[in-house]
Amino acid sequence: MKKTSLLVAALVLAALIIAPTFAKNYGIHMFTTWLVFIIATMGLNLTVGYAGQKSLGHAAFFGIGAYTVAIFLKMGLSFWLALPVAALNCFVVGLIVGFPAIRVQTIYLAFATLGFNTAMWLVMRNEEWLTGGTFGINNIARPSLGSLSLDGNLAYYYLVLTFAVVLALLLWGLLRSPWGKAFTALRDNPIRAESLGIDTRGYTLLSFAIGAVYAGIAGGLYASQVQFIDPALFTVGASIMMYLMVVVGGPGYFLGPVLGSAVGVVLPEWLRFAQAWYLFVFGTAVVLLMIWLPDGLLSIPDRIRARRQSRLDSAQRASRALNTGAKA
Amino acid sequence: MSSAVLKVSGLKKAYGAIQAVGGVSFEVQPGEIFGVIGPNGSGKTTLFNSMLGQITPDEGRIELKGEDVTRLGPLALNRRGVGRTFQTLQVFGKMTVRDNLIVAAQEHKGSLLSRMFAPGDSGLGDRADALIEQFHISHVANKKAGELSYGQQKLVDIAMAFMSEPDLVLLDEPCAGVNPSLVGGISTLLKELNRTRRGSFVVIEHNMDFVMDLCHRIMVMVEGQVLAIGTPDEIRANKQVLDAYLGN
Repeated sequence: MKKTSLLVAALVLAALIIAPTFAKNYGIHMFTTWLVFIIATMGLNLTVGYAGQKSLGHAAFFGIGAYTVAIFLKMGLSFWLALPVAALNCFVVGLIVGFPAIRVQTIYLAFATLGFNTAMWLVMRNEEWLTGGTFGINNIARPSLGSLSLDGNLAYYYLVLTFAVVLALLLWGLLRSPWGKAFTALRDNPIRAESLGIDTRGYTLLSFAIGAVYAGIAGGLYASQVQFIDPALFTVGASIMMYLMVVVGGPGYFLGPVLGSAVGVVLPEWLRFAQAWYLFVFGTAVVLLMIWLPDGLLSIPDRIRARRQSRLDSAQRASRALNTGAKA
Repeated sequence: MSSAVLKVSGLKKAYGAIQAVGGVSFEVQPGEIFGVIGPNGSGKTTLFNSMLGQITPDEGRIELKGEDVTRLGPLALNRRGVGRTFQTLQVFGKMTVRDNLIVAAQEHKGSLLSRMFAPGDSGLGDRADALIEQFHISHVANKKAGELSYGQQKLVDIAMAFMSEPDLVLLDEPCAGVNPSLVGGISTLLKELNRTRRGSFVVIEHNMDFVMDLCHRIMVMVEGQVLAIGTPDEIRANKQVLDAYLGN
């Protein structure tokens, strides 16, 4: 890891540990929501940013995770059993959803995943016996860790933070392993990747499945955080918002989801002063960002570096030309 | 049984009414550099794509070290020891040169699951460094491949094909778009790799000086058919080839 990245990560972590202690309940809720979406979009960043698959169905995995945990807790089962089951459910469904990606790409894949999200949303809305339908599921309990209750907002925040850090480290390790290179190869040039023996089908499925696991865990944590879920939280609109978070942060940048989720979760809160105009201001900000920074906020250092390098190369070329002229 | 690394027999492929390849047969021996030349539209690329599993031939048989691989795809062929380069640049622009080489061979090490826990370089760092040295691109080893000049990227592209130590490498116009001063360098490199690794190469190329200098045998294709197969001297002296392709 580059020193600057390590420093930024350490500073972000320190801020995440300290800042909520100064916040009131609503502030802690916002911090927790931000972390939940960081986890969810870390998974989407793997699928979209690193493996290059267009997915507009991430909120469905988020919902599967949330409903799995909520239903298990309502049945009186442990959160610590529910969360791994939620992750496993999402892994299996993610594998299945990955299959269209083997056949179709780009906008067609986006529509296929969008269709999946709609189908899942309909299940959540219509299967009232299981999901509570439009009434949702309320009074979802928060877990405890042995004798340590995580019922308090701050305690629960630290639980979510722990998950976020562990999952980030696991993803970091994965991306540094040969799998990470295979995902990047799949994204940049699948035909070349296959000619080098990279099983593009296998890695496509894995990128969906692992991304789905992150969304499932995030969904499970979210269910216990807000203690009430209904299908409206898991619509295609929510998937598009998560995609936006990845794109705004910087797809394929490890810390992209941290910034992107801040834009998606925290920025709307800051823009509340604009009242009725807030969506207009938010939408305009995103449009402008996409025009000037299509690779996301974290591409700024790369752009500066590239510009500096280009200036340096031009100067060297000019100097070489002058020297050649002088000799002649 | 034939000792050929590659044996193509009666290969045919048509696109509608157009017979792109009409019954081509040839063999490539171990350690041989085999050139394929011919005018545009002679069926070279269709032949190449058939051998690489990117299109399925209508008829005929392709054998790799005695095994029928006619209907295998690019992935299966690579796993059986076939490397390739493309006519256009196909490096992974956002990876460093070293990572480009490592990713080119990592799938040949261990199982999918074991690779999840393997070190980032898959234990291929030394092999990559040796190849980088051999290709004279050490000074850009840690640069992103997309930031290199066309010629440097071409060298990376070719080096990637050799990283998994394949038995057979198919090179599709390795000199396309390359500065003339680099053409000789590529020829020298390929000869050196052929000598040290005893690999067999099939080369499609329009640069006649390059092909005549590099290849042990050359096949000339015209309108989907084999016009002649022989050593460079035999091809140069072949009247039919002179009339149809090389000219006087």
